[in-house]
Amino acid sequence: MGKAELPLHAPGTKLDRGYIGQSVPRPNAQRLLQGRGSYVDDLRFPRLAHVVFYRSPHAHAKIKRLDFSKGLKSEGVIAILDGRAVAEYCTPWVGVLAHLKGIKSPPQHAIAIERACWQGEAVAAVVAETRAQAEDALGLIEAEWEELPAVIDMQESLEGKKIIHKEFADNICFSRQHDTGGVDEAFAAADVVVEETFEFGRHTGVCLEGRAILADYNAAEHSLTVYHSTQAPHMMQDIFSRHLGIPEASVRVIARDVGGSFGIKVHVYPDEMATAALSVMLRRPVKFVADRLESFATDIHAREHKVKIKMAVSRTGEILAFDLDDLSAIGPYSVYPRTSGIEGNQVVNLTGGPYKHRKYRAKLNVVFTNKNVTCQYRAVGHPIAVALTEGIVDKAAAKLGMDPAEFRRKNLIPDDAYPYTFPSGIKFERLSHHQTLNKLLDLMSYKKLREEQEVLRKQNIFRGIGLAAMIEVTNPSPAFYGVGGARISAQDGATLRLEPTGMVTVMCSVTEQGQGTEGIFAQIAASAVGVSMDKVRVITGDTGVTPYGGGTWASRGAGIGGEAVLLAGRALRSNMLEIASKILNLEKEALDIGNNAIIGKLTQEKKMPLEELGRVAYFRPDTLPMDFQAELTVTRHYTPRQYGFTFTNGIQASLVEVDPDTGFVKLLKHWCVEDSGTVINPMLVDEQLRGGVVQGIGAALFEECLYSPEGQLLNGSMADYLVPMSGEMPDIICAHVETPTLQSQLGAKGVGEAGTAGAPGAVMNAINDALAPLNARVTAMPFTPERILRALAKA
Amino acid sequence: MEHAYDITLTVNGTTVSRRVPARLHLVDFLREDLELTGSHAGCEHGVCGACTVRVNGEIVRGCLMLAVQANGCRVDTIEGLSDSKELAGLQKAFHQKNALQCGFCTPGMLMAAQDLLLKGKKVSREEIRTHISGNYCRCTGYQAIVDAIEEVVNGKG
Repeated sequence: MGKAELPLHAPGTKLDRGYIGQSVPRPNAQRLLQGRGSYVDDLRFPRLAHVVFYRSPHAHAKIKRLDFSKGLKSEGVIAILDGRAVAEYCTPWVGVLAHLKGIKSPPQHAIAIERACWQGEAVAAVVAETRAQAEDALGLIEAEWEELPAVIDMQESLEGKKIIHKEFADNICFSRQHDTGGVDEAFAAADVVVEETFEFGRHTGVCLEGRAILADYNAAEHSLTVYHSTQAPHMMQDIFSRHLGIPEASVRVIARDVGGSFGIKVHVYPDEMATAALSVMLRRPVKFVADRLESFATDIHAREHKVKIKMAVSRTGEILAFDLDDLSAIGPYSVYPRTSGIEGNQVVNLTGGPYKHRKYRAKLNVVFTNKNVTCQYRAVGHPIAVALTEGIVDKAAAKLGMDPAEFRRKNLIPDDAYPYTFPSGIKFERLSHHQTLNKLLDLMSYKKLREEQEVLRKQNIFRGIGLAAMIEVTNPSPAFYGVGGARISAQDGATLRLEPTGMVTVMCSVTEQGQGTEGIFAQIAASAVGVSMDKVRVITGDTGVTPYGGGTWASRGAGIGGEAVLLAGRALRSNMLEIASKILNLEKEALDIGNNAIIGKLTQEKKMPLEELGRVAYFRPDTLPMDFQAELTVTRHYTPRQYGFTFTNGIQASLVEVDPDTGFVKLLKHWCVEDSGTVINPMLVDEQLRGGVVQGIGAALFEECLYSPEGQLLNGSMADYLVPMSGEMPDIICAHVETPTLQSQLGAKGVGEAGTAGAPGAVMNAINDALAPLNARVTAMPFTPERILRALAKA
Repeated sequence: MEHAYDITLTVNGTTVSRRVPARLHLVDFLREDLELTGSHAGCEHGVCGACTVRVNGEIVRGCLMLAVQANGCRVDTIEGLSDSKELAGLQKAFHQKNALQCGFCTPGMLMAAQDLLLKGKKVSREEIRTHISGNYCRCTGYQAIVDAIEEVVNGKG
């Protein structure tokens, strides 16, 4: 496919690229800077009712009796309802997909009926005129429970002595085996075999804005408008429609400003479904906003893997084979509609991903437990796969006495080997591992840092350098969810409309969560049409307005939504030139658009302002030829199809200093070289990378959802669950290699998850590099001072 | 029955009087009673800093102060300091450097940054990082925020 024409064009030429590649500020950030955004909790509605949820205090228990009588007498209370009452308005769901063979999960209700399966599962809803009144009534609910045996540990779950769901014979939600063959032979022939078990704690997204939903049912129309802090409005429209029995087109989902999502806000949550059902039942708007404790107890968690990895290497440092055994726990239900099998599946797909070995075997078991559910959170599986791979690679390099950078150089897939099929079956269009590695080593002055490290070690200062090469799934095709039967769109659409004054309105199905999609859509639209960015307005996050599409997930906004905007922009430009040719009586081919005007293609001389074109087309079409109709609204869609995923690659490095007396890790600096194809706005990309890196650092050093042996969440506040704050974070240096995807005109690949994918592995390797002279090693994230001190004590 | 008290305070330069329950937080009062929704409730236990507002010239957590404690006080919020243009320099630098993504932390972050600016001293990046380390941002890597504050506080802008 050819690259875009003027003003967009293939990189490398000296023609004007418009706004593509420019670090322009995001127009839509202005309102947020003045506190004039509109997040769900900022909206005001007449007769708005507030719902809060009575949640199970037990990890696994039978609900013997719920008594609402005192609560119902409490001031301001409108209704208190249990699972059976809500189920009459909202059907249950099952989180399985056909392409994850054998995956199973029991039906899940909006409000638990008969049995609660994790501490925090909602068992009753209290609706009142104010939230405070609803919370007052919550304290008056009386419940009688019969505790059931809880399965908290994932190994215990796998063994299956206690079964969580009686309808199943075991606790295994999903398992997968992958084998290229020849693995045992490769290990038998290897000069060196390295082996390690890595553990990854549960953590969660901690969006600053908690989950929030305001459902407004109109009984006269049997229609539902949902203001939702969500990443996927059309997916939610489909789900509300099917589970509440309201025609699809009568459900409108609106996502205005969203206060962070990171994958947390792309799933179906029982309490949110209950809120929508309550609006139907009570025939009035109902709002639910998760408070911080509810967020920790019920926002999806992620990770919780224990993985044994083995790698076979030749004497000369050539990787021959990987052998992997991953055990992961997901809570009592596979989350709807994406399932909780994807993270483990990704670990199988991606482990060893940057390297050129041909033998690979993997075993995955995903098991149920009586803890909160886990599901797809930023970088899904990547942080695990990268840390495993890069951790074992460093171990092998050390065993062979090779420099870790040189070991990687020896094994990375060559930059001229593409297209390439990896032993797990995934296909790479074109990656640039060697270019990114070289750029990184230059950027960080790798050799100098190594020398400095040597000198400091003699002074008992323990610095470590950690590298992490990676591949990343972006721009997913329908192969991700659609083929498994999920009604999750892999395509997105954009509508562009020329307004009479020559302004352009863009409506796109990809949503804005702060990452800057609206900003880059304005850049792309302005460049494609030929207007300045101040003439562009972008609308996203409204199923009643935008074309149909998937929304924001899996690093797809720029690559898929951006391409739709580009295609629509080029079509609108063509239509505008056609109208101009009729008005000016000139050949369309002789005309162009630039600086908000119709110009002569060769002379660049201004022929007519776009305002004039708009005036004629909308208000004086009588002056145009009889057989001609101006079309100034165009819609285009885009689906990536050629590859299942448009893989990107990158490499990160972390420089840390470990204090062996306290176990504290000081992050000195972090580097990230990423190849995400065409970079539309370097400033936005870099800070998104940095945000991702910081989230990955959180996973490596601080964040873990801790449960007691009885399944009680121990750290449900921000005082107890630590997140990265500015004081501990290092400066993060970003650089890029640009290998545009040839599947699209724009050439953009995704970048939203790259930072989070690579950082934990890089930090882990840096810590272990620092600890190496002390003969200590850590392999269980997060690497808290306690864990580091224990490792040192063992050494 | 809830205990309720009459309070009178100056919010963004305007005198307001309300009868409020004793248990009402200042940030809930601002958001729910006055409909000034620019101050955000992020954690409601004083850690995240999203509800940072200024009371009698000092920045405070709006979730750790009761509305009744603000009786007789001068309260400034993001809306007021935006309209008075007091934050204009920081807002411009935040915008130019993309020192915000979802924007939920931004009003509180700006309040904290302005507090540093008002001290009238040049500061190191380290000091900026320390000053805003009571304000949680999940989207950025804090670096653009530090860059923006550095530019304004040290007068490079």
